[in-house]
Amino acid sequence: MERRTILKGGAALGLAAGLAPRTLLAADPVKVGFMLVGPKNDTGWSQHHYDAAMKAKEKLGDGVELMVQESVAEGADAERVMSQMALGGAKLIFATSFGYMDSVQNVAAKFPKVMFEHATGYKTAPNASAYNARFYEGRAVCGYIAGKMTKTNKIGYIGSFPIPEVVQGINSSFVNARKANPKVEIAVVMISTWFDPAKEADATKALLDQGCDVVLAHTDSTAPLAALKAAGKFGFGQSSDMAEFAPAPRLSSIIDNWAPYYEERIKAVIDGTWKSQNVWYGIKEGMVGIGEISDAVPADVKAEAEKIRDGIAGGTVHAFQGPLNKQDGSVWLKDGELPDDGTLAGMNFFVEGITTKMPS
Amino acid sequence: MFRLEKRPTPSTFWIYATPFLAVALTMVAGGILFAILGKDPVAAIKLIFFDPLFSADYASYARPQLLVKAGPLILIAIGLSLGFRAGIWNIGAEGQYVIGALCGAAAGLAFFPTDSRWVFPLMVAAGALGGFLWAMIPAILRTKFNTNEILVSLLLVYVAKQLIASAALNFLRNPDGAGFPGSRNLAQIPAMANPELIPGTGLHWGGVAAILAVGVAYVMLQRHILGYQIKLAGQAPRAARFAGVNSDRLIVLCMGFSGALAGMAGFFEVSGPAGQITIDFGAGYGFTAIIVAFLGRLNPIGIFFAGLLMALTYIGGELAQLVLGLPAAAIQAFQGMLLFFLLAVDLLANYRIRFILPGAR
Repeated sequence: MERRTILKGGAALGLAAGLAPRTLLAADPVKVGFMLVGPKNDTGWSQHHYDAAMKAKEKLGDGVELMVQESVAEGADAERVMSQMALGGAKLIFATSFGYMDSVQNVAAKFPKVMFEHATGYKTAPNASAYNARFYEGRAVCGYIAGKMTKTNKIGYIGSFPIPEVVQGINSSFVNARKANPKVEIAVVMISTWFDPAKEADATKALLDQGCDVVLAHTDSTAPLAALKAAGKFGFGQSSDMAEFAPAPRLSSIIDNWAPYYEERIKAVIDGTWKSQNVWYGIKEGMVGIGEISDAVPADVKAEAEKIRDGIAGGTVHAFQGPLNKQDGSVWLKDGELPDDGTLAGMNFFVEGITTKMPS
Repeated sequence: MFRLEKRPTPSTFWIYATPFLAVALTMVAGGILFAILGKDPVAAIKLIFFDPLFSADYASYARPQLLVKAGPLILIAIGLSLGFRAGIWNIGAEGQYVIGALCGAAAGLAFFPTDSRWVFPLMVAAGALGGFLWAMIPAILRTKFNTNEILVSLLLVYVAKQLIASAALNFLRNPDGAGFPGSRNLAQIPAMANPELIPGTGLHWGGVAAILAVGVAYVMLQRHILGYQIKLAGQAPRAARFAGVNSDRLIVLCMGFSGALAGMAGFFEVSGPAGQITIDFGAGYGFTAIIVAFLGRLNPIGIFFAGLLMALTYIGGELAQLVLGLPAAAIQAFQGMLLFFLLAVDLLANYRIRFILPGAR
C-alpha cells in the first residue's frame, strides 16, 4: 500500500517534471536588480522598495529572479554595483535613491541593452527611466486634517533636507492647513537625516515645546508618533501606514506604494514593451496612498478630507492652486493658476505665510 | 595545558606569516557563518576572493575596480600609519577626507567655466590644504591644551559631514540642477575631471598619488631622521624625549601629513569616481583606512597590499550579495572577522606558545 502510494507519487512527479521544463524554457527567469541606499529592513525608505520588489516578484512568479544589494553608498560604489548586476545578467535595474542619478546615467550608457529605473530623479536616457511619487498630494490631505485638528493653531513639520520633495511637502501641508483654518501657523525643523529615531523624537519634543499640537513628519521612523502619543498630541503615519498608532496619535497616513509600478515595469521587460519614460505618479495611480482616517477625526472633517483625496485623484482638486505668493511676497501663482511640473519638481522656496527661513 | 611566553624579540617569521594566517582563519570562520545562513560556504568564499580576479563574467570589470576602491584607502592609511606608529591617533580621517573633497571641488568650481590646465593641480592642492587644516584643529588643541586628539578628530567628522551636506544644498549646488541638491559633476568638466589614466586599469590620479605615498613613506621610515623619530616616539616615548624629539612638532607633522593625504584622497574621489559633492558624500573610507593601516602592520608596503585585499572583500562581498543573496550585514561581519583575527594572531609575533605537561612547571 505504502509502496504503491510512493510509486503513484513518483509517477505524478515524473509527469510534472516532464511538463515543467517546457514552461521554464519558454521563459528563462528575467533577472531584476534592486539597489537600496539603506538596509532592506530599515523600516523606512529602503524597506518599502524591498518589500515592493518582493510583492512584484510574488505576483509575477518564477519568471523573475531578484538581485538585491542593500546599503550601497552613492557615487563609485553605486556604479560598481549596477555594473556588476548588469554583468551578472540583470535585464532591468532599479536604483532607489535620488543620489544614484548620475551613476545610473553613466552605467546606462555603458550597458545599452540593460534597462534602468531611477527613483526620484529627473534624468532619463533611451534605456533609463525616472519615476517619482507626488507625495505632496498626500500632504495636502494630511495638512487639511492637521489644520482642522489643531487647537493651538500651530502645526509642526519635521523635514530631512531642504530638497524639492521636502519643500513641496511643507508647502502643500501649509497651504491646505490654511484652507482648513486661516489662522494656522507652521514651524519647520530640518534634521539632516531621513531616519534617526532619537533625532526625530527630539525634533518632535522641540516642536511640542513651541506650542505645536499636530506634527507632520517627513522622516521614516515611528519615533515622532511615539513622542506624540506620550504628549497626547496628534500626528500622521509616514511612508508606511503605522496603523499601530491609530486612532490617536495617528490620524491618517501617507503611504509609499511602489509595488504596482515595479510589477508593471518588470512585466513590460518580460513582454518586450519596456520604453524609457519619466513618470510622476500620485494618488490617482496609487503610488501615494492615504491611510484610513481614524475615528479621532470628527466625521465632517473626515468626509471633507476624503473629498480632497478623491478630488486630487479625479483631477478636480489640486494641492497648489493660485492665488499663492512666495515667502518674499512675490506672486507665484495667479488666481486659479496651477503650477507646471517643472516648477514643482525644482521647488526651492516656501510659500507666503511660512515664517521659517529656507535653511542655508 | 599551554602558556604564553614572551619572545625576546618579535619573530620575523610570524610578522610576515600572521596576515596570511588571519586571512585563512577568516575564510574558515566566514565559511561557517555563511553555512549557518544556509549558503554554500565554498561558493561564497570563491565569489569573494576568486571571482573578482579570475571569473570570466566579472573579472574584466572587477579587476580595475580594485584600484578605484583601494586607491583612497591606501592613500589615507599611509598617512594614518605614520601617526599610529608614533602613538598619535588620528581617528577623524573621514572628516579630513570630506573637507578635502569640499575644498578641492570648491576651488575648481570657483573658476567655472574654465579649461585652464592649472585648475586641476590647484584643486589637488586645495584638497590637501583643506584636509591639512581640518587635521590641524585636533593637532593644535592637543599641543596647546592637551585635549585628546582621538575624541576631537572623531567628533570633527560629524561637523565635516554637516558642512558638506550644507554645501550640496546651498553654496555648491548645481545652478543648472533644477533645484536639486548636489554640485556640478566634476567628472563631466574636462579641466576638473580625474579620469581613468590607462583604459582598463582603473588607475586615476588618486591611484598614482597612493603609489607615490607608499614610496615616500617607505623611504622616510627607512632613511630619514623623521622616520626614526616617529618610530622612536612610538616605541619609547621617554627615550625619544631624551634624544631631543620635539613631541609637539611630531604631533603637528603626523596629523598634518595624514590630514593632507586624506584630503587629497577625498578630492580625487569627488573629481573622479564620485563625480559630485552630494549630501552623503563620505562613504566611510576614512574609517576603513584605519583597518587597512593595521592590516598592513603600519608598514607602507603592507598597507598597499592590505588596501587591495580590503577592496577585494568589498567587491567580492557585493558579488556574493548579488549572486547568493547574502545579506550586507554578513559581509560586514566577514570584514570585521578579518581585523579581529589579524589582531588576535598578532600575539604570535610577540609571544610563543609553550605546551606544558600536567604537573610540570
